[in-house]
Amino acid sequence: MVYDEIAKNKRKSFFLLIIFSIFTVFICYFIGSAWFGSGLGGLIFGFVISLTMSLVSFYTGDKVVLSSVGAREISRDEYPMLYNVTEELCIAAGIPMPKIYVVPDPSPNAFATGRNLENAKIAVNEGLLKILNREELQGVIAHELSHIKNNDIMFATIVSVLLGMIIILSTVFRRTFWWSGRDRDREGGGVILVLIGLLLAILAPIAAKLIQLSLSRSREYLADASAALITRNPLGLAGALRKLSDTKVVTRTANDAVSPLYIAEPFKGIDVKTLFSTHPPIEERIKRLEEMAYVRQSS
Amino acid sequence: MVGWIILIIVLVIGLYILAKYNSFIVLRNRIQNAWAQINVELKRRYDLIPNLINTVKGYMQYEKEVLENVVKARSQAIEAKSVKEQGEAETQLTKALRTLFAVMENYPELKANENVMRLQEELTSTENRIAFSRQFYNDIVMRYNAGIQVFPANIIARMFNFKGEEYFEIELPEEKEVPKVDLGL
Repeated sequence: MVYDEIAKNKRKSFFLLIIFSIFTVFICYFIGSAWFGSGLGGLIFGFVISLTMSLVSFYTGDKVVLSSVGAREISRDEYPMLYNVTEELCIAAGIPMPKIYVVPDPSPNAFATGRNLENAKIAVNEGLLKILNREELQGVIAHELSHIKNNDIMFATIVSVLLGMIIILSTVFRRTFWWSGRDRDREGGGVILVLIGLLLAILAPIAAKLIQLSLSRSREYLADASAALITRNPLGLAGALRKLSDTKVVTRTANDAVSPLYIAEPFKGIDVKTLFSTHPPIEERIKRLEEMAYVRQSS
Repeated sequence: MVGWIILIIVLVIGLYILAKYNSFIVLRNRIQNAWAQINVELKRRYDLIPNLINTVKGYMQYEKEVLENVVKARSQAIEAKSVKEQGEAETQLTKALRTLFAVMENYPELKANENVMRLQEELTSTENRIAFSRQFYNDIVMRYNAGIQVFPANIIARMFNFKGEEYFEIELPEEKEVPKVDLGL
């Protein structure tokens, strides 16, 4: 059922976010006290730097991303169907019309960006428009609008603040370990603390990255389910995803920074390693969408 | 002490009534807004139809009846008053248009005509807009109707005379059909 799927993924990402916050506070506090001698100091240091970096990307990230792939804003006359489909779905979702961009890339993909409803932008690759029919395009656009409606850019920013804090503190710790570790030797008991700190500084960023990826995947499922709710036609998106996974065309514009934003991961082969992937396996997404369609029809 | 307890209870109840009253007002305004949105799309369709008829008329002299049905359904839809009447009239219009599109398939020269293709995309889009704005409208009506029916909010609804709203229904054949489910056996 669509509503169950939505509720489930909202709960899951909220729960993960709480866990992640606690984890971050704990790690930063520990590294802070092991290193700077003040847990709170480490916490504040990490938070301020990470927040600043994330805020900069929150406000300018969309422009950077769009220009890095060479996206161009389009008008209704150039792509009437794309424009119409988007406008229709905005009516269905009850959100304002985003700006639409087209990327000159033959591989079929799309992404959404922009920090809120008013600044939302959707970018679609030329390749996508070539292979999808109206119904499938509707599914893809609904997925992108769902990211906007579910505030996923904001969500990803909050997550990146947390991830950033851990990475910054761990990096500072590792880089300066030998340099000032000798001073601490003389204090005796501090050694064990510093060693545990070092271990954490190595492992915590990996763990944090895994939590971030897991969050990213649950937001993908959420966007799929929301798209099904908006279009009342989960099979449209399912059909589109199947075409995206079958494609052999290699991307010309996508880069690592943009990759998590896309509807389907642009670099094939990454898809298999579920744990290290920003997106859930496409087969599983199709299966869930088909289940939604099945329940809806038989009820 | 007792006085304080009574005061707090009265305050809580008062706040509850205030919150519910406001939420009903907000929902009722959203319903009106959604209805206005539907009307924008309906009007859009009324405006597109004469264009389409004029364009295809020349090619389709032998399909007078199909064209007349569309024109007739359109004028009936324009005159509809209540939500229910509108729903019935739009059902007829949608059916008449679908028949026209189906018949147009038999005329290859129509499908090659760029003007016709553009109008057809616009009408397809408009039909989707109507469907989606109807879906949006019905979803809010459902929330509103459920909101004023559940206890204890129904008491507040009755106090301030909030009445249920009508759903906007367009009954098309494919929505009533028993869906074909392929179990892959």
